[in-house]
Order: sequence, then C-alpha cells, then structure tokens
Amino acid sequence: MANILEIEGLSFRYPDSTRKAVVDFHLAVPEGEIVVLAGPSGCGKSTLLRAVNGLIPHMYSGEYSGDVRVGGASVKSSTMTDLAQRVGFLFQNPENQIFMFTVERDIAFGLENLGVPRPEIRSRVDEAMGLLGIGELALRAPYELSDGQKQRVALAGVLAMRPRLVILDEPTSLLDPKTAAELVGIVAKLRLDLGMTFLVVEHRLDLLVKLADRLVVMNEGKKVLEGTPREVLFGGEAEAYGVSVPAVTKVQKLLASDGLVREDELLSAQELAAAVRSAEA
Amino acid sequence: MIEFQDVSFVHQNGVIALDRVSVKIEAGETVAIVGENGAGKTTLVKHVTGLLKPSTGSVLVDGIDTRASSTAALSRKVGVAFQNPDHQLFSESVEEEMAFALRNFGFTAELVENRVSWGLRLFGLEEYRKSSPLVLSGGEKKRLTLACIMAWDPDVVILDEPTVGQDAIQKEKLTGTIRMLGSTGKTVIVVSHDIEFLWPIQPRVVVMKEGRILGDGPASRLMQERELLSSARVAQPQLVAFYQALDPRPKDPFVDPLEARRWVAGRAEIT
Repeated sequence: MANILEIEGLSFRYPDSTRKAVVDFHLAVPEGEIVVLAGPSGCGKSTLLRAVNGLIPHMYSGEYSGDVRVGGASVKSSTMTDLAQRVGFLFQNPENQIFMFTVERDIAFGLENLGVPRPEIRSRVDEAMGLLGIGELALRAPYELSDGQKQRVALAGVLAMRPRLVILDEPTSLLDPKTAAELVGIVAKLRLDLGMTFLVVEHRLDLLVKLADRLVVMNEGKKVLEGTPREVLFGGEAEAYGVSVPAVTKVQKLLASDGLVREDELLSAQELAAAVRSAEA
Repeated sequence: MIEFQDVSFVHQNGVIALDRVSVKIEAGETVAIVGENGAGKTTLVKHVTGLLKPSTGSVLVDGIDTRASSTAALSRKVGVAFQNPDHQLFSESVEEEMAFALRNFGFTAELVENRVSWGLRLFGLEEYRKSSPLVLSGGEKKRLTLACIMAWDPDVVILDEPTVGQDAIQKEKLTGTIRMLGSTGKTVIVVSHDIEFLWPIQPRVVVMKEGRILGDGPASRLMQERELLSSARVAQPQLVAFYQALDPRPKDPFVDPLEARRWVAGRAEIT
C-alpha cells in the first residue's frame, strides 16, 4: 500500500536552541497503519508532530533540512489550508480546540473556514457526529460536557475535515481508564471502516499495544527503536528510553524466559493467565 | 490530619459535586483517590486546601475548620500540584518560580537558595534554572510544580494527576518520591487515573463516583473488587487481573512482575 507519510532525513533546530530537536529522522507509514510514537519527555516527539502537520516550517522558523511528505506532497511547499485537510490533529487537552457555543458549530468551524458550501458542511458534521456517537449532543454547549465527551467533540471536528492522517497527542492522558478504552475503540473502528492512518504519541501503552502496527521510540531527536510493539517491548531496550512497558508484558517476558509461555505475540492479563494454566496442565 | 464530616458541595448552577462525604485521613498516610472524570476527586482535594469551602458539613485540617482559616494559612500546611501546571506557573524564571512561595513564607535567603537547588536536582530541572517556565515541556512543567511544593515542606502533599506527560523513567522517580514522602511521615494524597502507576505504591484507595465515596480500603483488597471498580469506571491493575484469572481466592496479589514470576513458579511446584 502507498505510504501516506514519508519523513526523509528530517532535522530541525529551533532558533533559540543550540542543539537540534529532531536529527536525521526517517519514517515511512503505509496508509491504514496505527503507529505509536514514544520516548522520554523532551525527546523531540512534539517537534516531529509539528513537522508533520505543517506548523514547522510554516509557523515556527528554524534550521530545517530533509523532507516530510503527506500523501505524496511535501509539507514545506504545501499551504496550511491544504495541510489542514490532509492532516488532522487532536490535542492532549480538548479544551485547547473546542470553543464555540454549541457542539455542532464547533465541529463545523474548520469547514466554515475553508468555505465549504453549507449543505456539504451539514452532511459532514452529521457524519462526524454519527461516527463518534455524539449526535444527541449537537446543540449542547461544549463546556457542559464531560471530559470524554469533549474529547469526542474535538475528534469530530478533526474527522469532519476528512483527513487521511490523524495525529493524536497523548489522547488518553486526561481520561479515566474506561473512557480511554472507548477512545481507543473508536480509533480501531475508524481505521477499519475508513482506512484512516493514525500517528499516536502516548506514554501509556497498556491500551494501545494490541492495536498498534508499529511502535517507534525516539531519544534526543533520533529514532532509536522501531518495530511491532512485541518486538520493541520484548527487546529489552525500551525501558531505558522511558517507554512504559505494560506490567503484564513484563510478566510474560519473565515467564517466557522460564520457558512457560510463548512470546510470539503480546498477551493480555487473561490470555497470559490462560497460557500459564495450559502450561501447567 | 484531615477529616471530612458529612461534607456536601453544591456548585452555583445546582450541580452536586460532593454528596455527604465523610472520610478521615491520618497523618503519614498515602491515599489515592480514583474514579471517573467528574466524580468529584478534584473538588474533594480543593476542600483540603481551603480553595473550596463545604456547602454543608465541615472539613478539618490538623484540627482547624477550613471555614475558619484562610487559604494562605492553610497553604503552609497543604501543598498542591494541580492537574494543569499552567494554572500555577507565572514567574520569569524557574528558580524565581520555586523561590516565590518560600520568600512569602519568610524563609531566609540562604534557606531559599538551598531549597531551590535541592528541588531542581531532585526533579532533574537544574539545566532550566534560568529559563522561563513557559519554555518547559508539559512533563517538565508538571515536575516544576512538584518541586515548588516539596521545597516548602508542607505536612500534606496533594498531587492531582502527577503522571500526565511523564515517561516511564520520570514515573519511577515519582514513585520513589511518593514513597520517600510517606516514609518521612508526610500525608500524601494522589488523584490519578493511572492505576498501573498507583499499584506498586500500594496506597489506601478511595473510590469516588458522582460525588460520593463508593469504596475505601487498602489497594490490595479494593483492586480485587471488580464490580465496584467497574461501576466507578476504574480499571483493574494488570497484575491483579492476571492474579485473579489464575487464582480467585482473595489473598494479597503481587505488586511487581518479579513477584509474579516467583508466584507462578511456586504454583508449578505445588501442582
């Protein structure tokens, strides 16, 4: 499948900084993949995301080399208007991106700015609300909603633009575990139904490891590990780079080294318990 | 140290955020408050700091009714790191930010300097000493708010979602800091969704839902009560889920992966 995102030798240094925030970074993401980006705080994750959604170099100046292409078009030579339709961005805190008086006006905001005709806006807003199951919130004021609902409204605003690539910046960090699991379920559904590609920055991997196709770990601006979540988490180096290896994965690795369970795929707590039981039988 | 006596809190718009809450936290306890978004966790801790006063009932901190005390006086006893660090950072530089409260409390210049250096070292922020707090990453800002509080050494330390934006290495340091506070007799209250982070700390756990306390007890017991957790939308720690799937008898589950391995090996010998 064609690559939706191609990063080739990207380096970037902010004007007021002595060292590069991103150093000779390469990444190719085929359409429909879910890629998780992890690494210690300050490792350059946010800078990399800005280079994908175009804030770098269009809003942040600095020393830029290499190339980033979304859907084959270089981010450098695309306009922000153009990029806004190709790359969706969900912030960590939904309050940073919802601000209108009603949910549906908020979801329509991006489309109104692009000058999309009214009937088209109506149908795309309805479609986005339908995808996220928030149709009944259409006329509510965003500030009255729960955090999980706000997160869905913000995501609906992103989806209404029909981007092919969606970036989620620590989407679950402010959500309770159940609400976080629901959001991860929505991501799985959007990938399956619409073939959307997701680039997710996340420290909490317990919810995402079973879903992600690939885990990329950054450190000091460089890509230091890349592979399936199983490869990276069993590899032994991930923890040194600040990646939270889920507790049950640590147990699986220990029991696998004792020859009790297999390690060809990541197991959930229940699956691991079943594997131990069948080893005992 | 902290006592809530039948406390209710009603917002101006009529929403009941706390509904007849009674709870007592002894000095030196480490307590985790868990529950879904909007359960009343942050409202509860704001009552300890005196930022909110109960609509009915009363809150006692170190024997003093918060309604009879100023927030400023309480702040010497109770330090809180809010969920969003942008709500409490405002100085020109990281060191000024840390020194602010210390100077207000009347500490000597020498003591201020010592405490600032200690806090910056403890939280790995020395390189930013002269930088503006605004250039820090989200995780670093969060650590700065913690450093500010630790520096004035309050008896009660409240951490509201301390792990947001922190990588595994910082989380482990934070675990160490919370244990250190507990062992030095501080009362620590942690509000967090991050059950995997809380589990190895083995705190007393207070489960909240819709402004009420649904459960209260040691983590080793409460984290095994699946129905209670599920109705409060709280996840079960992975190690507890694994333990229960293998052995439903209510004993103390293991707190770390190495213990889990030994336990599984022990089972093999028995069976």
